[in-house]
Amino acid sequence: MSAGPLATPVEESVLRLALKNRSFVIGLVITGLIAAMALISFVWTPYDITNLIVANRMKPPSGEFLFGTDHFGRDILSMIMVGSRNSIAVAFVAVGIGMAIGIPLGCWAAARGGWIDEALMRFNDLVFAFPALLSAVMITAIFGPGAVNAIIAIGIFNIPVFARVARAGAMALWPREFILAARASGKGKTQITIEHILPNIVSMLLVQGTIQFALGILAEAGLSYLGLGAQPPMVSWGRMLFDAQTRMMVAPYLALFPGMAIVITVLGLNLLGDGLRDVLDPKLRRER
Amino acid sequence: MTAFLLKRLLIGLATLLVASMVVFGVMEVLPGDPALLMLGMNASPDALEALRQQMGLNDPVVIRYLHWIGGLAMGDFGRSYTYSSPVIELIGERAAVSLPLALMSLALSTLIAIPVGLYAASRRGRLPDTLAMGTAQIGVAIPNFWFALLLIYVFAVWLRLVPAGGFPGWGAGIWPGIKSLILPAVALALPQAAILARVTRSALLEVLGEDYIRTARAKGMPRRTVLWRHALRNAMIPVLTILGLQFAFLLAGTIIIENVFYLPGLGRLIFQAITQRDLIVVEGVVMLLVATVVVVNLLVDLAYAVVDPRLRVRT
Repeated sequence: MSAGPLATPVEESVLRLALKNRSFVIGLVITGLIAAMALISFVWTPYDITNLIVANRMKPPSGEFLFGTDHFGRDILSMIMVGSRNSIAVAFVAVGIGMAIGIPLGCWAAARGGWIDEALMRFNDLVFAFPALLSAVMITAIFGPGAVNAIIAIGIFNIPVFARVARAGAMALWPREFILAARASGKGKTQITIEHILPNIVSMLLVQGTIQFALGILAEAGLSYLGLGAQPPMVSWGRMLFDAQTRMMVAPYLALFPGMAIVITVLGLNLLGDGLRDVLDPKLRRER
Repeated sequence: MTAFLLKRLLIGLATLLVASMVVFGVMEVLPGDPALLMLGMNASPDALEALRQQMGLNDPVVIRYLHWIGGLAMGDFGRSYTYSSPVIELIGERAAVSLPLALMSLALSTLIAIPVGLYAASRRGRLPDTLAMGTAQIGVAIPNFWFALLLIYVFAVWLRLVPAGGFPGWGAGIWPGIKSLILPAVALALPQAAILARVTRSALLEVLGEDYIRTARAKGMPRRTVLWRHALRNAMIPVLTILGLQFAFLLAGTIIIENVFYLPGLGRLIFQAITQRDLIVVEGVVMLLVATVVVVNLLVDLAYAVVDPRLRVRT
């Protein structure tokens, strides 16, 4: 394992390394394009998807409708653009829930140790024993299908993930000299956690966040595909696949394009996460 | 090692116990009266009350919980409200589809992933490695149910090689049964294989950097022998961990795939039971799945000991 470049200032070297990392650059470009598409959809889409034109229904891809139209005559490309907002929003908020609850829990467990730590980690194991997808299906089926319940269902299972990562990172830091120095200077555990622990584990959490974001997109798609996520008139990629499945035989393009949108987005996020980890974690640099 | 396994066993049992309380508690607070569900909306209040009494629904929560958990321990999962047959029978029927499906896709993903991971690691940084890992990156990003739709379109609708969905039952013969499980198994296996190949590769690369590998090479052992005898064995621990997680995921993860292919498996059973508020079925299947996760984790712990003799003496 190499120690990484020591001569150059840290920030400069990280940025230069990032731009040299193929995964990171490709991931950043893809994620950027998807984000741009979602933003553009607020002001412009090729067609208005709230305007149902029956004469245009089930048109295969052509110069006029690039990705074809659905059973209501809506342009698939425009729907993918609008749908990206909801798919992204669901995954984003679900990651936010996981971070907002998981990180403080993990830091608390690491700072306190003892039975609190043990209890929290056993509780984590318990949550992990429930298959996440199954539980998300149960939550949405029982509390009613919809985007909000999908966010909660996905978010709950992000909590133990972030708690575990935060705890592992914090546990490795607590015995270090600079933490000891902070304690000797009379700082409390909360203050140390905020001033010294968090800044040092933020990169780990960011990498995990990207991965969970990608998983969230997949989970939203799965739930909506079962009819448990976004409900019409709300458009999401998973919901588009739900509508497409009964028309697969006559119009496979209905399923093809939303699925590709999911694959490209998840791919971009995963590449970004991989790249970030390589860049931010010098220990792994030579191994990959 | 015995102490280690005993500790894991106890933790597993405790997890099951707490999980049963959680499952029972959640089902308890849900709206929906099983007696009303069985008799229909037009049932007379007297008949309802009598059935509630008979089903023990009027007993205190703790009594009902103990009754339920006692039954579970004896293999009695109760009776389904909607199918009016014992839950254990339903589970048995459906597991006859889900279990072979999970095993098929696990076998498939392992058979693809380990050689690919091994090959990529041995050609690290070169074209085959880049290609294999690029493919794996895409494989991880593909939702399995979408891949399933594509498979149906190509192999069932277009080429007409296999049925698009449904399950003839094992009574119709082994081959027709297996034939209808091929596409679902492939759809489930692809993302799993992609993850497993990546884990295998990185675990191998880590091991290949160790001193004993260099020693083995230095004393003249051929690359291939070093890779298979020393490296792969030592890289097995993370691979086994992921395999264990994947099997548990496969059993539950079939919930979407079984819906795509209209397979009468555990996933569809629980999906239908949830929508029909057949809570006793939901409770039974969830407990079974949690128990599977716990047992698989224990087996993985055992497998560590088989792969790594050092673990047998430690603690």
